[in-house]
Amino acid sequence: MLDWISTFLILAGVAFFVSGTIGLLRLPDLYCRLHALTKSDNLGHGLLILGLMLRSDDLLTALKLLLIWILVLTASAAASQLIAQYSGRS
Amino acid sequence: MNTLSWSFLDILLVIALVLLAGAALRARSLRQSIILFIAFGLVTALVWARLRAPDVALAEAAIGAGLTGALLLTALRNRPSEESRLVSNNGMRWGGRWGNVAITVSVSLVALGIGWAVLYGMNDTQSGRLAGQVGSALELSGVSNPVTAVLLNFRAYDTLLELAVLLAALLGILSLGGGRATHCTVDPIATSLRGWLVPLLILTAGYQLWVGAHAPGGAFQAGALLAAAGVVQHLAGRAHAGLPVGAVLRVLMVSGIGIFMTMGLWTFLGGRGFLAYPQRWAGELILLIELFATLAIAVTLILCYLGSEPERRRITPAGSKP
Repeated sequence: MLDWISTFLILAGVAFFVSGTIGLLRLPDLYCRLHALTKSDNLGHGLLILGLMLRSDDLLTALKLLLIWILVLTASAAASQLIAQYSGRS
Repeated sequence: MNTLSWSFLDILLVIALVLLAGAALRARSLRQSIILFIAFGLVTALVWARLRAPDVALAEAAIGAGLTGALLLTALRNRPSEESRLVSNNGMRWGGRWGNVAITVSVSLVALGIGWAVLYGMNDTQSGRLAGQVGSALELSGVSNPVTAVLLNFRAYDTLLELAVLLAALLGILSLGGGRATHCTVDPIATSLRGWLVPLLILTAGYQLWVGAHAPGGAFQAGALLAAAGVVQHLAGRAHAGLPVGAVLRVLMVSGIGIFMTMGLWTFLGGRGFLAYPQRWAGELILLIELFATLAIAVTLILCYLGSEPERRRITPAGSKP
């Protein structure tokens, strides 16, 4: 049962990644691309991590995965803000 | 690990590696080249991880992709802007088509040779291989991570010389002179990012340093993380990147080699030979050397990024307006 939930979560995460990548490739300008990337990557990444947490052997590994998610979430949010600001400035 | 088993993931990684390398060479602008190079570094780190070499993977991700990328981007930024739009691979023009053919053939031959050597080496199961020798002598080294045992004990001389190379590179960069425009941004997002990222990076660096004795990690990885903390500080508005100034900075620059040489001379004068640690204290001595090597590597990498020593902070007497 747990395996099935985990597989479903990982597949859903992959779907978000794919849609984010398509957005990155197809959308016309920087802001739209950033929008596509941050929204779907954060959610896709979160689902992926959640799916992997269900599969991890012990609590420590699961907590490490959670930490990775928080780090990537904050870093990518800040980075996309900075990219947008920088492009607006120049 | 004598059999070479390939999974679907490995094949994808190898294809991505070759494509990224080609794209980085043929990119339209230098900026694109650099960004593709960073992606190449990250995929290389994944390949190292798949080859069960987590130490190299960590170093590649931190130094090869992260810090080298930052270094290249800041170098690009300091060039005149028209030049960055020039085609990046015009250096290849010297040989024409035959030159390219010659380069392709020779690189392919080298790659085939290395591949053959790896396959041949992996099929050789005799105990004469270096990994077997390291494994059998591991308990004498004072640490239980074989990579750290090789880097800091069995082949400590090589690591000492690596630190010397880093110092020589730094001296070259510093003697080329400063005058580089700093591009610090002071805005709330960068500042808050700095606020939680820098302590976390320092904590992780300390962990890497400590864990290197028995698991993947060590001075180079820890130094790269500390240097990343410095780069983040610089990007978020602190021009001195958290570095001390003057004599303290210079002492830190040479501290890695300094502690290594001190240890070497100490064991040498004690009649054991250069860098032959007494076995009882080997673990502690390795940790001590790694501590200073970490600081020296971090300071060196930050200074390479900055391009010059940070200026002395002006000390204004209390109460007066600057």
